[in-house]
Amino acid sequence: MDARSNAKSRELAALASGAKLSRSQLVGLALALLAAFALPWFISDYRNFQFTLAISYAMAVLGLNILVGYNGQFSLGHAAFYAIGAYTAAIMMEQGGFSYYWTIPVAGLVCLVAGFLFGLPALRLEGLYLALATFALSVATPQMLKYDAISPWTGGVQGVSITKPDPPFGLPISQDQWLYLFSLAVMLVLFVCAWNMLRGRTGRALKAIRDNPIAASAMGVDTALYKSLTFGVSALYTGIAGALGAIAIQFVAPDTFNFFLSIAFLVGVVIGGLASIPGAVFGGLVIVFIPNFAEQVSKAAPWAIYGAVLILFMYFMPAGIWGFIRMLYAWFTRKRGGESDSRAR
Amino acid sequence: MDLFLQQTFDGLAFGGIYACVALAVVMIYQATDHLNFAQGEMAMFSTYIAFTLLHHGVPYWWAFLLTMAISFIGGVLVERIIVRPVEGTSVLNEVIVFIGLLAIFNSLAGWIWDYTIKPFPSPFPDKAPFGITFIGPHDFGVIGVTLMVLAAVFLFFRFTPVGLAMRAAAQNPDSARLVGIRVGWMLALGWGLAAAIGSVAGMMVAPIVFLEPNMMMGILLYGFAGALLGGISNPVGAVAGGFMVGVLENWVGTYVPFVGSQLKLTVALVLIVTVLVFRPSGLFGHVVVRRV
Repeated sequence: MDARSNAKSRELAALASGAKLSRSQLVGLALALLAAFALPWFISDYRNFQFTLAISYAMAVLGLNILVGYNGQFSLGHAAFYAIGAYTAAIMMEQGGFSYYWTIPVAGLVCLVAGFLFGLPALRLEGLYLALATFALSVATPQMLKYDAISPWTGGVQGVSITKPDPPFGLPISQDQWLYLFSLAVMLVLFVCAWNMLRGRTGRALKAIRDNPIAASAMGVDTALYKSLTFGVSALYTGIAGALGAIAIQFVAPDTFNFFLSIAFLVGVVIGGLASIPGAVFGGLVIVFIPNFAEQVSKAAPWAIYGAVLILFMYFMPAGIWGFIRMLYAWFTRKRGGESDSRAR
Repeated sequence: MDLFLQQTFDGLAFGGIYACVALAVVMIYQATDHLNFAQGEMAMFSTYIAFTLLHHGVPYWWAFLLTMAISFIGGVLVERIIVRPVEGTSVLNEVIVFIGLLAIFNSLAGWIWDYTIKPFPSPFPDKAPFGITFIGPHDFGVIGVTLMVLAAVFLFFRFTPVGLAMRAAAQNPDSARLVGIRVGWMLALGWGLAAAIGSVAGMMVAPIVFLEPNMMMGILLYGFAGALLGGISNPVGAVAGGFMVGVLENWVGTYVPFVGSQLKLTVALVLIVTVLVFRPSGLFGHVVVRRV
């Protein structure tokens, strides 16, 4: 086999596994980015706020997806890490007087440590039992946040209010527009990091652990380290999302970080598509906008829809929306036939 | 000393409810190897059915039995229609479907009966029998009902052909199928029984915590803790575990100053993680050895 065809086949393999982007994908990505950055000038401040929230949820969904979709570890407790991130931001800004942008890395670090520590005992737990332990974490979180001894910082049942940051350099945009752009930028950085982490050796190790832990450790993958680190990284993403979400809502209160928030993240993962990075965006949008429309029917309707969506997606569309889009893409390129055939995946 | 006894018996009463939930959890675990996260919400929904029956003037114990029957049928239907398509695929799929069920039952209850807190009657007389004063009449009744349910479950599994078939189906599905047991229906039966037991737990707890769609969330957590502590593979252990968790919860709440009533759910969290890490088979369970 000559070098050229070898290189070509390697490139195709890279394309197929999502490790590299084809030209059409790059164009699509650029257009999507352009639309995302232009969006705040075409919608109201309230919609801006909603999209900021969707971005925050998308990051949390991505964090959960790294853990569930790529590493096969189950968590029903990510609302806890979202809460830690949110409270870190609130306490730093209101009690420490820090600027909002400092809260992002700190919230991430705090959650990385918290996630890593929770991941250590969780190492011994498989599938179902991990789900149980994280379920317990999630149900217990609101009570822990209300605890009297920490209420000087957390505000107890009342929670903490946060002042909304102003746009810097006297930019002529509203606070909501600025927060949207800021969150979008943070999200982009995190998404690129996730893509970079998951497309290479680390990503393969994570998937190997998911698919066959025994074979993975036989191949020399340090299963324990990877699993607890994945828990930490997943919590880091969720914590940063929590900090941004808290700044956007301008308020943190214990009862908002309940078990149902964890389910909402799970809904986002399933709808977006397990083990897909772009799917998280759809997940975030769905979490914000389905309740928005469904609540006009009944207060209970969003959760009825979420529940039905979880079950129906598991039956009919286990690869989620992103999987569906990829299927359509593959179908179109196959229909066009010819040389682009091999690029369809 | 009085306080100690009081707390212990209060704990036993709540433990009875946890034991019922734990028993329901173990029923499904035995039949299908899975923890049903929707167990609590199913019990809550059953309790609302009982509430509606009582509201329409059905006498309490008739409503009680009718609710158990309806819950049984409901449990069988849920298994047949909703859970069956994902059975045996992967833990992830199954847990996601359970969570979906949880969300649906919770929101349906809120939709039909709204989210206001409702009082639920206790069937027991105002005074405990034999002049007992250290324990409330309802608490006394709860413990009695729990023990009766446990006895019924034990007798069912030990002395009836269907119980034997269910045990066989759970332990060795392939061989059971070879001797003519319809394994799929045994699973459905397990779900039905679990739903019926859960409904008892719901009807027993509702007079204490009041009826509302989220009433079972914390109780399910304690039920899980009880099932794990006693051994998830052992119904008698699960009931003992439920009682122990109830007493432990009250002791810790009373005597450990920084916990109080504020961190009770955290106690369950710590208990679950501790048991899972140090003794996953529980106190009375048998260790499962897995071949690579």
